[in-house]
Amino acid sequence: MKATAVPTVIRPMRLAERFPILQRTVRGRRLVYLDNAATTQKPQEVLDALHHFYTHTNANVHRGVHTLAEEATAAYEHCRERVAHFLNAPDPRGVVILRNTTEAINLVAQSWGRKLQAGDEVIVSEMEHHSNLVPWIMLAKERGVALKHIPITQDGELDLVSYRKLLSRRTRVVAVTGMSNVLGTIVPVAEVAEEAHKVGAVVVVDGAQLVPHEPVDVRTLGCDFLAFSAHKMYGPTGVGFLVGKPELLEAMEPIFGGGEMIREVHLDRATWNDIPHKFEAGTPNIADAAAFPAALNFIEELTVEAIRAHERDLTAYAWEKLQSLGGLTLHGPADPQRRGALISFVDEHIHPHDLATVLDTYGVAVRAGHHCAQPLMRKLGVVATARASFAAYNSREDVDALIFGLLAARKYFGLA
Amino acid sequence: MSSRPEVPLDELYREVVMDHYRRPRGRQPLSKVDVAAKGFNPLCGDEVEVALELSGETIAQAQVVSRGCAICTASASIMAEILPGKSVTQAETDAEEFRQVMHGKPFPQDRELGDLEALEGVKHFPVRVKCALLPWMTLKDAIAAFRRGERHAQTTTE
Ligand SMILES: Cc1ncc(COP(=O)(O)O)c(C=O)c1O
Repeated sequence: MKATAVPTVIRPMRLAERFPILQRTVRGRRLVYLDNAATTQKPQEVLDALHHFYTHTNANVHRGVHTLAEEATAAYEHCRERVAHFLNAPDPRGVVILRNTTEAINLVAQSWGRKLQAGDEVIVSEMEHHSNLVPWIMLAKERGVALKHIPITQDGELDLVSYRKLLSRRTRVVAVTGMSNVLGTIVPVAEVAEEAHKVGAVVVVDGAQLVPHEPVDVRTLGCDFLAFSAHKMYGPTGVGFLVGKPELLEAMEPIFGGGEMIREVHLDRATWNDIPHKFEAGTPNIADAAAFPAALNFIEELTVEAIRAHERDLTAYAWEKLQSLGGLTLHGPADPQRRGALISFVDEHIHPHDLATVLDTYGVAVRAGHHCAQPLMRKLGVVATARASFAAYNSREDVDALIFGLLAARKYFGLA
Repeated sequence: MSSRPEVPLDELYREVVMDHYRRPRGRQPLSKVDVAAKGFNPLCGDEVEVALELSGETIAQAQVVSRGCAICTASASIMAEILPGKSVTQAETDAEEFRQVMHGKPFPQDRELGDLEALEGVKHFPVRVKCALLPWMTLKDAIAAFRRGERHAQTTTE
């Protein structure tokens, strides 16, 4: 259990000092990094951990008796244990170390998907990132499975009434995001999961945005599989996780064959290693996995609760500022308590692409585009949005820089 | 407001470009369409529709409608202005040369390219090159469709 610590108050300016990249300038300005939903920056501790691995520990894992092999294996396995602890998962064997969220969801779709037959149904929502949509489209195509969609309401929340109507005995999988990367909506996963379990479906949660920003306890979250990426939570790129119920993982076939994942191999047959190793074929991303615990330490030092409180405050501040500018459409729930640390918006007159280019000249990094959620964009009736997304090191000054840049863009385009 | 950013944003959004963006030309529907193409950039959602009226191998009229950013819109507008009177082969050459300009080649001299030179600065903003090229790639596809004896083409850049 987590000890109840004194509530931390986040001082973003102080925190930013721990991120070397935040000290650089962009086009002659202080970098104001507001593209955290795409990937966060990494603190010095994480960079040090990476460096340390390659300068002290580097060896392959699970296949050597020498000291380095032993240490590298321990460092890699430590990552698994830290992730299990971070999410209060009962058993580290339920933590599969992969490349990213996308790979984790594909693993479930391809492997659990083999249990599905024509006529079975998979339910996703209309606000999914392509990585929690396309793997299911592929499965539907391969196996004749029907794909159903939970609609979203006017304020960008899941329409739970419609969801209940979609559920039936044929529902085998319900795959939803924990937090929308476009709308910021926080999805009531526990409620979704409870309903799904009543009809015997398994629940897959795309936690790419949820896990970095909200406290997550897999025992109460209620899902069967949770996918997320280290790089969106101050960790290195190239490492992501599938956290599954061990008994479900046991019942799944591996989708990649090769080294590490086997127990015994003959010329014409093989038996699989235990979970989670049977899903980790080949040499994994050892160094980045070994460095990830440093990112978890960073988060735990601040506490997820404090990060959330800070980000909510920032998001509310940004929402109000953007709203008061006028001429902008802000997407997603207006209530900061119901949304995560990002705001998607569209200026009435300036295309998001032009806006992002002008903002960049002011050192402000935002995302412009469809955010890998084309069906959702269609639903919102826009081709693209600009998105500002926050992390623990962002400050109100960063939001002010965004607003300043926006006003400058309007002036530049002759609109102010 | 404080000083202008160091990087010359004006290189990207030159006066001429902004003028085409604010008042795009060549949007009027044609009375007769011989070949049309639709282009789409899935990355930013920009869309361009090109329709050509041909007289033999010569482009008599062009309609270019874009839904996109300033660069895409200006490029579409400039293209619409310079196409009429060109042969389809000439138009293809223009498209190809403009593509090369976007990838660093100097702007061709002694050619009838209207305001196109104003878009040269886009090459300094690599992520925006596709915005400038979308109308031209769509045009190329329209002409390719015409050569195949078809009337419609669909383009996707990425
Ligand atoms: C909600 C959501 N799901 C999935 C992903 C994909 O993550 P990754 O690219 O690390 O697989 C992202 C981020 O891009 C995301 O925001």
